[in-house]
Amino acid sequence: MSAYEPVLLRRLGKKECQSIAGYRADGGYKTLERVLREMTPDQVTTQVKDSGLRGRGGAGFPTGLKWTFLPKGHPGPVYLCVNCDESEPCTFNNRVLIENDPHQVIEGIILASYAIRAKTAYFYVRYEYGFGTRQIQKAIDEAYEAGILGNKILGTDYSLDIFVHRGAAAYICGEETGLIESLEGKRAWPRIKPPFPAIEGAFRKPTIVNNPETLANVVHIMDRGIEWFKSLGVPPDPKNPRDAGSYGPKLYCVSGHVNKPGIVELPMGVTLRELVDKHGGGVWKGRKAKGAIPGGNSMGVIPESEFDIPLDFNGPGTVKALGLGTAAVTVFDEETSIVDVLYNLCRFFAHESCGQCTPCREGTGWMLKIVERIRNGQGRREDLDILEEVADRIGIMPGTTICGLADGAGWPVKTAIRKFRPEFESYLKEGTRGGVRLKMAGAH
Amino acid sequence: MSHPHTPVSSRNLPPIPGPLSAEIRGQILALWPRYPSKQAVTLPALHLVQDSLRCVPNWAVEEIADILDLSPAEVHDTMSFYGFFRTEADRLGVKRLWVCRSLACSLRGADELLEKTAALLGVPVGGTTADGAITLELAECLGACEGAPACMIDDEHVHDICDMTKMTELVTRLKQSSANKH
Ligand SMILES: Cc1cc2nc3c(=O)[nH]c(=O)nc-3n(C[C@H](O)[C@H](O)[C@H](O)COP(=O)(O)O)c2cc1C
Ligand code: SF4
Ligand code: FES
Repeated sequence: MSAYEPVLLRRLGKKECQSIAGYRADGGYKTLERVLREMTPDQVTTQVKDSGLRGRGGAGFPTGLKWTFLPKGHPGPVYLCVNCDESEPCTFNNRVLIENDPHQVIEGIILASYAIRAKTAYFYVRYEYGFGTRQIQKAIDEAYEAGILGNKILGTDYSLDIFVHRGAAAYICGEETGLIESLEGKRAWPRIKPPFPAIEGAFRKPTIVNNPETLANVVHIMDRGIEWFKSLGVPPDPKNPRDAGSYGPKLYCVSGHVNKPGIVELPMGVTLRELVDKHGGGVWKGRKAKGAIPGGNSMGVIPESEFDIPLDFNGPGTVKALGLGTAAVTVFDEETSIVDVLYNLCRFFAHESCGQCTPCREGTGWMLKIVERIRNGQGRREDLDILEEVADRIGIMPGTTICGLADGAGWPVKTAIRKFRPEFESYLKEGTRGGVRLKMAGAH
Repeated sequence: MSHPHTPVSSRNLPPIPGPLSAEIRGQILALWPRYPSKQAVTLPALHLVQDSLRCVPNWAVEEIADILDLSPAEVHDTMSFYGFFRTEADRLGVKRLWVCRSLACSLRGADELLEKTAALLGVPVGGTTADGAITLELAECLGACEGAPACMIDDEHVHDICDMTKMTELVTRLKQSSANKH
């Protein structure tokens, strides 16, 4: 296979990659102009739907299909909320996009807003992306100046405003209804669904929430067409009737114990092994990998023996991990204790649970306490079973919580125990002598 | 949610006098047209106040509520959800130094870095140095994992603070820049 030529990241590192002049010189906003003049909103939605594009924010929901859930003939307003909260640990693809090519994201936002007939889009961005926020704001200002935002965009009848809204360092603001509550000026407590945001979202109006990477893809689907998009990636798995396929390019983040942590754009479906060995430069210090998280903390942990799975929407599920998530791979080497890894993952979710649902608030807290006591050499024989049981029962999928944070907290626990049980058992037997420990400060 | 930090009221700081400056009030008012509800201005207003005062005093909570037609309890309810905002007794130093402790950073020594930075500054996590120069915070993934262990100063990332030599340099730099401000 010839080397893949990046599309989403094609302008990275170029001179003028952030400015509107540079973007336009590279053909930017031409697609927008053509679409606004030649296509109806419904035609845009259909093209995105037929491309098979699925959301890049973690859940992989078909983008065009989601747009069709908006009530037909609604008098408005309808809102687009761009979910740039990007707080899933080990994920930084949205940041790379907004810092380096903000106009590409803005073009995607305008195209999506046009398709869903929104006249206002909110760009919700995590507080920690100060530099990226300033890049996006600057790009928005430039776009207003150039008549690409505001009233009568490029002389057409379509008008749109984009407002940047900064978060305040809370993971749960990435959950789409937590984001909406936060935008409305309230605690970011996720809402019970249904109603889904497409029916009742921001300010009680129909709302679409999309990730910036999803929206960046929309630009190229409208520019290069469905055939091009479907020529990249992986068709549906015939063995999985629920798989809708994984088409298009994807930004993969690689971090942890690799020689070259970073981001790489590839067609969907690269194997975890290729990502680590080739694009991540291999495991550091000449060591072997013990395992990895395949798509952010929430997707679970997998051992090195399963690194041949393709990282598409279907692949991680074939080895009983939760899914592709954010396609952010973090590798840990053979000298790392799985107990330390799990402790870190549990600590994150216990810290970030919003506290609304008892199973999540208490469950994440207790899972952390149990893993901590195992880690301190005071684990009990029954602890592993208790952990698995709690992990299986908390979440929106088992139906005990309001949002998916609790599922994300459970999967690392159950996958770690199921896939690394012998190591946990020997750790339990031998206490802290069993493994090499990372030094953890334990700030609580 | 952010870390439930230890209040560092021992700094015995003088109260911050109100009311909000005309400039900040104006900036808050200018945000109204962006949203169909005034309550949506809560988070941006809290940011504006904390950016300028390094905390959100109770009187400012009342003032924000007054501007946005809310009760102070509503503003406080939102503010207290995000461990990010500080009360007056617990105000931030000139610079806020965040050390990430999530997986990618932890695998590259972040926990030790955080512990040693706390020792270097002589403050617990969440605390502020006696000279008011630096507040130390722990962070969950900053989204800068390729530069692990990652840190952040206020809202900008700093990569590759991989050992205490580099951290000591960073702290010295921050202390100097805050001394110049005084
Ligand atoms: C706990 C939790 C955190 C989430 N964080 C994010 C996030 O940071 N960014 C994001 O785009 N989606 C996040 N999601 C998924 C969103 O709820 C939503 O599915 C997504 O933004 C939709 O956009 P997409 O269809 O373009 O992927 C999160 C979901 C959960 C349950
Ligand atoms: S599952 Fe957890 S994070 Fe989600 S709403 Fe319930 S308590 Fe909050
Ligand atoms: S894990 Fe530290 S920046 Fe992502």
